[in-house]
Amino acid sequence: MSERPERLAVLKTYKLFVGGKFPRSESGRVYEVTDSKGRLLANAPLASRKDARDAVGAARKAFGGWSGATAYNRGQVLYRVAEMLEGRREQFTAEVAAGSGISRAKAAAEVDAAIDRWVWYAGWSDKIAQVAGGANPVAGPFFNLSTPEPTGVVAVLAPQDSALLGLVSVVAPAIVTGNTVVVAANEKAPLPALSLAEVLATSDVPGGVVNVLSGRTAELGAPLAAHQDVNAIDLAGADAELAKELQIAAADNLKRVVRPRAERWTTDPGTDRMLAFLETKTVWHPTGSLGASGSAY
Amino acid sequence: MGFDYAPAPESRAIVDIAPSYGLFIDGEFREAADGKVFKTVAPATEEVLSEVAQAGEEDVDAAVAAARRAFASWSALPGAERGKYLFRIARVLQERSRELAVLETLDNGKPIKETRDVDLPQVAAHFFYYAGWADKLAHAGYGPSPRPLGVAGQVIPWNFPLLMLAWKIAPALATGNTVVLKPAETTPLSALFFADVCRRAGLPKGVVNIVTGDGRTGAALVAHPDVNKVAFTGSTGVGKQIARTVAGTSKKLTLELGGKGANIVFDDAPVDQAVEGIVNGIFFNQGQVCCAGSRLLVQESVRDEVLDALKRRLGTLRLGDPLDKNTDIGAINSAEQLARITALAETGEAEGAERWSPACELPSSGYWFAPTLFTGVSQAHTIARDEIFGPVLSVLTFRTPDEAVAKANNTPYGLSAGIWTEKGSRILAMASKLRAGVVWANTFNKFDPTSPFGGYKESGFGREGGRHGLEAYLDV
Amino acid sequence: MLLCVTSQSPPLTALADVTASDAALRRFLHGLPGVDGVGLEARAASLGTRSVKTTAKAYAIDLAISMIDLTTLEGADTPGKVRSLSAKGMTPDPTDRGTPSVAAICVYPDMAAVAKEALGTSGVRVASVATAFPAGRAALPVKLADTRDAVAAGADEIDMVIDRGAFLSGRYLEVFEEIRAVKEVCGTARLKVIFETGELSTYDNIRRVSWLAMLAGADFVKTSTGKVAVNATPANTLLLMEAVRDFRAATGVQVGVKPAGGIRTTKDAIKYLVMVNETLGDDWLSNEWFRFGASSLLNDLLMQRQKLRTGRYSGPDYVTVD
Repeated sequence: MSERPERLAVLKTYKLFVGGKFPRSESGRVYEVTDSKGRLLANAPLASRKDARDAVGAARKAFGGWSGATAYNRGQVLYRVAEMLEGRREQFTAEVAAGSGISRAKAAAEVDAAIDRWVWYAGWSDKIAQVAGGANPVAGPFFNLSTPEPTGVVAVLAPQDSALLGLVSVVAPAIVTGNTVVVAANEKAPLPALSLAEVLATSDVPGGVVNVLSGRTAELGAPLAAHQDVNAIDLAGADAELAKELQIAAADNLKRVVRPRAERWTTDPGTDRMLAFLETKTVWHPTGSLGASGSAY
Repeated sequence: MGFDYAPAPESRAIVDIAPSYGLFIDGEFREAADGKVFKTVAPATEEVLSEVAQAGEEDVDAAVAAARRAFASWSALPGAERGKYLFRIARVLQERSRELAVLETLDNGKPIKETRDVDLPQVAAHFFYYAGWADKLAHAGYGPSPRPLGVAGQVIPWNFPLLMLAWKIAPALATGNTVVLKPAETTPLSALFFADVCRRAGLPKGVVNIVTGDGRTGAALVAHPDVNKVAFTGSTGVGKQIARTVAGTSKKLTLELGGKGANIVFDDAPVDQAVEGIVNGIFFNQGQVCCAGSRLLVQESVRDEVLDALKRRLGTLRLGDPLDKNTDIGAINSAEQLARITALAETGEAEGAERWSPACELPSSGYWFAPTLFTGVSQAHTIARDEIFGPVLSVLTFRTPDEAVAKANNTPYGLSAGIWTEKGSRILAMASKLRAGVVWANTFNKFDPTSPFGGYKESGFGREGGRHGLEAYLDV
Repeated sequence: MLLCVTSQSPPLTALADVTASDAALRRFLHGLPGVDGVGLEARAASLGTRSVKTTAKAYAIDLAISMIDLTTLEGADTPGKVRSLSAKGMTPDPTDRGTPSVAAICVYPDMAAVAKEALGTSGVRVASVATAFPAGRAALPVKLADTRDAVAAGADEIDMVIDRGAFLSGRYLEVFEEIRAVKEVCGTARLKVIFETGELSTYDNIRRVSWLAMLAGADFVKTSTGKVAVNATPANTLLLMEAVRDFRAATGVQVGVKPAGGIRTTKDAIKYLVMVNETLGDDWLSNEWFRFGASSLLNDLLMQRQKLRTGRYSGPDYVTVD
């Protein structure tokens, strides 16, 4: 009986996630992702401005269908993401621990919190309109109703301090209301984001609703902030200098901007990140009355 | 003999305009530090109404400092007490509404019918509405104890001078902020009269400060480092500049900007009411309205019928002395605005659209522009894309609801839209597809303090009015 | 100004097809543009804010007086009452002979002869209600006999009521045929068709019935009898004006408008005249084409007229109570 050789592991090639597909960067570039001790974990695609452009195109294409889906349907899809992530806890725990340089236990807690965050937002899908909208008692014979609507394509620079929970905390509130997203992953630790893309791809999230790019946040942020077909930008992952520069670029088409701020991703997220990417549409219609005038309608 | 209405001018004796006005800072009127002044004229006659101080950076700094000083005690006041000040202001505005309506008509050029029946009632209603919020903020859905931002720098336009002031100041004060407001260069007077209203109401000094001046004054206010909140209503170009100015700061920003609203008329529309809505949509306030229905999208199958009715109706519009109670169309606000409207209308003709106006004699002095229709307009025409901000309607056609939506949304703006059809499901489907902050179905240009107003896309962000309007002035 | 075309016999050639059957008529009427009530009322209210002063007011007051169908429709009407009302109609203000006469004296059929005799050759016409006014709940032969009686007694104008029951139950052709039949027995008398808009209830109904009546040959469309809770309103009268305007555009035939009931003050009357002026224009600004069905309106107009003439406010003791 011959000795069995030790099995050689099959390593994963990490790819971008654009329009529901997993392309390499059109630039052909990659960069080394290491753990906290500098050991190589994997190569990640170093996405280019053209990748960003393609991702925006995919997000725009997906917007009509996703924003037009019922709130119930979007809630089901987000819940499905939580389910799929739950099934891959081990993988994500390992990736988060390695990428963020934290203990396995802490990484596991972050993964659990990320799963729970999907559940939290899944439940918001068919409630936010009731909280943020409603009938307005105007002084006249009119029915007047304000409803929140998704603003469109949202560019997101994922937080640099929390590779998975931070990412989920900025992507989920944008998409739950019907926006579509192009997200630049945590620059140093992009692997959980790229793996999350695989979860999204198998969770009934329509292609293009979330597009994940890895690479240099500043390099991706610039074309996204300047893109005239992007409606909003979340600057969570930008430092102060970059954030200012991107806000100036974002002014060209008056993007809705969420500025970077100190965040504790583990606390109750509230509703403000959902509200930041909602428009309020107010519709008026005459009512008339059923009074004694005899001819009121 | 025909039925010719005799002149019915509202008396201007009710308003007493001083020959000069200073800046209202810290509860007192004062001259500009460098003594500079500018003139404000009546656009209907080009008569100089008064001389007003031109605030420089030093004055803006003084105003912001006064607002900052006032902030601590104003924000600490119980909400109920703040609300009572606003109720008082609302009442004083109601008492003086005719005086202020005449003043506004003189300084702006809009018909007394509108200032009397729309602007002033809405101004008072706005203060009344937000007064009631002051002690109920904990129930507004912004957390259990929402906090004000601090000093609000507010810059408003000339098309509804006092109403835009109300939209800015009422929610700011109700939420506990203090304000420095800059009225438009061509319409400073009603804001200065409002300063007097504040004094009559006993409002603590420094809570409201009014700095008059041109664009430089506004720029200084927006850029002032001790301003916590910037609210601007005006052109999209200036709005973008302001967004760049506040980049990298912690100033909260809301913008109400331009529009190119589509008023969509289907073949099953209530035609007579649609015609009224079209007329109101583009000729209300001489079309100087950001949410004007400046593009008429009419279904091809009823194009001729609707246009005939529209032209017939335009023939009954009465243009002339804004103080006459029967005037429908007043003066354009300024020579600059008139030049812009004139240039864009000429571009419309040069690009091949067909121009039509009813027979209409224009007064010999003042700034006037006849109600104008352009037919044969396509989406590619400049007059279908650029905001004209005047009494000029571009008429386009469509064949199907999908085409109507596509054309209506085919603009960087997204402020308003109108839908005219008797079919309920079509209204709801259209309303959900139109990318606009306010959609009027079988009506147009309706406003109410309880109803949030504001745009999508390059028409700005944030909402004014209603519960939504509180958010702009709260730290949430 | 268009020629008077009231002698043209219906159905009008341009729209002959639409009255060919009940189904065709229904399709046509239901195909008319809808009415948004809030918008209609807002437009009427907006016209009501016109400020009519001095010379314009003097013109409007005299015009309004000349447009009045001075009306008495009481169970207690007597020849004496009708004669005194006729005198008042011919000479509304004995202190000022320059005051115009009213357009007509409007009475029940049995009083038509009295009115005719009293009015003589004054030019003030006799208008008689007919067709089992105000309910209209009688058989067609009775309605036609009622009309014939009135015409025979000298009525220049007949104010008929439609069968609102038939209209509300959708029997449009029946209503149409009835109007045509009454029109036929009117001979040269002009026919005003009363809709009782307060009973038709919706603005869409009012627009439809206006077209139905005009297709059937009405010379005037009239809002109401004055006998129900809601009579003429600025909004429902504006709707009638829009209908006659559009009808003339479609057929070339001009039809008059008569709001009736509830118009009591000069201010109200002037609002209606402003609506005529800005909706229909000069062509309708005479008593050939516009009337007020009213009784107490006249005295208010007279008092306002005296005020304009003398500069003092007048009082009820200075106008007659006939």
